[in-house]
Amino acid sequence: MGWLEPQEWEAVALSLRVSFWATLVALPLGVFIAHALARWHFPGKQLLNGLVHLPLILPPVVTGYLLLLTFGTKGPVGSLLQDFGIVLAFRWTGAALAAAVMGFPLMVRAIRLSIEAVDPKLEQAASVLGASRTWVFLTVTLPLILPGIIAGSILGFAKAMGEFGATITFVSNIPGETRTVPTAIYAFLQVPGGESSAMRLVVVSVVVAMGALIMSEWLARRAAKRVSGT
Amino acid sequence: MTLAVRIRHSFGDFTLDVDFEAPPGLTVLFGRSGSGKTTVINAVAGLLRPDEGRIAVDGQTLLDSKGCVDLPPHRRGLGYVFQEARLFPHMSVRQNLRFSRWFRKGRRADFGQVVEMLGIGDLLDRRPGALSGGERQRVAIGRALLGDPGILLADEPLAALDEARKAEILPYFERLRDEAAVPILYVSHSAAEVARLATTVVALENGRIAGQGPAAEVLGDPMLTPLGARAVGAVLSARVVAHHDDGLSELDAGGVPLFVPRLAQATGQTLRLRIAAQEVVLSRARPEGLSALNIVPGTIERIRPGDGPGAIVSLATPAGRILSRITQRSARALGLAEGMPCHAIIKSVAIAPQDVGGRD
Repeated sequence: MGWLEPQEWEAVALSLRVSFWATLVALPLGVFIAHALARWHFPGKQLLNGLVHLPLILPPVVTGYLLLLTFGTKGPVGSLLQDFGIVLAFRWTGAALAAAVMGFPLMVRAIRLSIEAVDPKLEQAASVLGASRTWVFLTVTLPLILPGIIAGSILGFAKAMGEFGATITFVSNIPGETRTVPTAIYAFLQVPGGESSAMRLVVVSVVVAMGALIMSEWLARRAAKRVSGT
Repeated sequence: MTLAVRIRHSFGDFTLDVDFEAPPGLTVLFGRSGSGKTTVINAVAGLLRPDEGRIAVDGQTLLDSKGCVDLPPHRRGLGYVFQEARLFPHMSVRQNLRFSRWFRKGRRADFGQVVEMLGIGDLLDRRPGALSGGERQRVAIGRALLGDPGILLADEPLAALDEARKAEILPYFERLRDEAAVPILYVSHSAAEVARLATTVVALENGRIAGQGPAAEVLGDPMLTPLGARAVGAVLSARVVAHHDDGLSELDAGGVPLFVPRLAQATGQTLRLRIAAQEVVLSRARPEGLSALNIVPGTIERIRPGDGPGAIVSLATPAGRILSRITQRSARALGLAEGMPCHAIIKSVAIAPQDVGGRD
């Protein structure tokens, strides 16, 4: 990447790493919660639904601050994790957590919609044929919601790439550790002569975002074709 | 194998309360829509938990609300053919057919044999989306059979198909019934299907059993009108005697000759005929100078007035019991009474082709 300065390249690589892990870790939980919201009836369902959507509505700074209070080294969860040697505050892992939390509602919404589109009658047919609930999910539901899972993952990934407010509040803007592309652009714009660096990162952002979008469309169309049974 | 069902279930102001046994053969749960047929079959499959009851196949209890037994659907060992085929769209026909083999070990049903019987060998690599309605339903039957079911359930499997597709699927159910491979519990509201397929009928009306027993008895019982008088009809057994040049086939029903439009069945084969009550006219004297071909002598067994102006008269004849729907006024004018000899005049068109089914 000759046309990117080392510190710009550092921000791009970090952003990709943070977004990749944020998406990967959030995905299983996202599928589980989307399935629970789409198919099960349980007390506190509305509360869970609200909680999942909270980061979408709250100002990102508030989400970041809440993360700091909870996962900071003095927070209830953060101090517990510290006993196991896991520190999130002001680390790239914390940036991944912030990105995952911010992208989670988008991911869950996309997957939930696709689960609701699966005809429960197919799941009934599978259970009569001998499949337990777990097997019904793995052999019928999961393959049928693949387009939704792909769409949800790409949305979550794109959101993670662009996440700024919660990240800078929770893990600050440390070069090489938590300086992702958006925070790097912000930092370059604060110093004289940083415009050209900022501009190059803007181009990278646009290219990554467009690429992700095109890839998700292509994958989703392919999966939908496979699933429609023709 | 015998299926014993006793369930009670309420939703809203509808109460289902049934108690019946399905002996080997094909048992039809028969009734209008809303009579509770699908609720019963879903309770047997385990897709619906009734308020209370007991469901057992021979010794094995599937559900016992008192003994706290409630096997989940996947452990009941049943096959279910739904109204819509419900094939898995993301799998090929072959994968659909083999689906249950991932979960049930020690299979008896032979893949090649089932595929051959249903004529779906050419479809194995196709996707369900590329199949016609009739093909889909045949694959669904195969998928259920390959699960090696203790009982095969079918919920109006022909209702979503047109007449031609129905004619395509019906023979497979007849074959399953006649080969006695699997006891079948079959839900239907079609009198023609019942007459053609059923060995046992359980007639449901408003969540209760209006009558149950061998098909000819239940369908020919004028006291049982779960479908309203219009659908009442007798079921007779007849043998093909000859095919005549004038486009008619001659049948023999207990020594009585009957003529119907040319049939495809070979001479010597035995058929079931359904004769709708409203297609039968009665005459006290042997009628002469009448264009009707089929006139059967008999004795009046019973006259049952309906709710309206009509009445159902059942006639014992050498061919079997025949029902006739006439007006109460005619019954009075003719002076009809039980035990009186009488002639049933059947318009030959009354024996509709889809009501004529093959049977061993």
